[in-house]
Amino acid sequence: MLLISSQKLFFPLNNEYSNFSSIFTLNYKVLFMNQQKYIEDLKNIKEMMNKSSKFISLSGLSGISAGIIALIGAYFAWITIYSKTGYQDFNRTLLNNDQLIELLTIGIVTLLLALGFGLFFTRLKTKKLKQKVWDSQTKTLLINLLIPLLSGGIFCLLLLIKGYIGLIAPLTLLFYGLALVNASKYTISEIRSLGMLEILLGLTATYFIGYGLIFWCIGFGLLHIIYGIIMEIKYKS
Amino acid sequence: MKELLKNLNKAFENRIRLGIMSALVVNDYLDFNALKNLLGVTDGNLASHLKSLEKSDYIRVQKEFLDRKPNTKYSASDEGKLAFIRHIKAIEQLLK
Repeated sequence: MLLISSQKLFFPLNNEYSNFSSIFTLNYKVLFMNQQKYIEDLKNIKEMMNKSSKFISLSGLSGISAGIIALIGAYFAWITIYSKTGYQDFNRTLLNNDQLIELLTIGIVTLLLALGFGLFFTRLKTKKLKQKVWDSQTKTLLINLLIPLLSGGIFCLLLLIKGYIGLIAPLTLLFYGLALVNASKYTISEIRSLGMLEILLGLTATYFIGYGLIFWCIGFGLLHIIYGIIMEIKYKS
Repeated sequence: MKELLKNLNKAFENRIRLGIMSALVVNDYLDFNALKNLLGVTDGNLASHLKSLEKSDYIRVQKEFLDRKPNTKYSASDEGKLAFIRHIKAIEQLLK
């Protein structure tokens, strides 16, 4: 551009040259404007692809609330399991039927509360983004999440009936992680790494069997809260 | 420069048509209402842009009935996908 204007200065009276340079400037101007437009276009394409194929309204607050509820649930579970046993028997406990039923109730209440709050915060966010909660993206996300999650859930219930209680905490973490990784294609990208961490945690917990509740607190409590905060900061708009 | 501009597709110069194609290449199909919600445009506006894309054979249209209500599904044709990829490549070349 500078070169062109200097040309103009050097040959102010030469018609042929000034004509040439003005066409040149015009060409460049058009190209520059087009460049802005195409940068915008690429941005729009990316946004439209994400918006149409992924569920992006996942709220960070739902992660935080799920984490807190999980920690409270774990606290009640801890009371149920260890209130009658000594501190030294921390990783070796036998459960009777009453305790089992109590634990199951705690588990179900925790799950329902976490889901309820999650849905509530997500609803708030979809309203903000002017998207529908229930559309084809949500459907594909849920289906892909539920296939590993339900099979894992049923598997854990069967283990519970058969008495393999120690494996339940690690396996819920493992299956939850697998479900997240499977569903991550249809939502924000952070869910994938969260899933991987849950899988790792599940495997570690299987090795350190008997400390399931602690790993459970890290996986369902801490990780959810951390990821919730990250998402809340990153996608706040 | 002329060479680069030649690869750009006139059909995708419009924002709405570009949006329709972007959404259709990453989904198996979308119906009229889904597209309308995504793009936030009026019925008539969307319909005319869909028509022009249909005329260039970039999208396929499938009409059917859902609960006795007409429902139109749109999907990107192979030709449309190819043209769209070529268009994006041309933009990327241009911005280099």
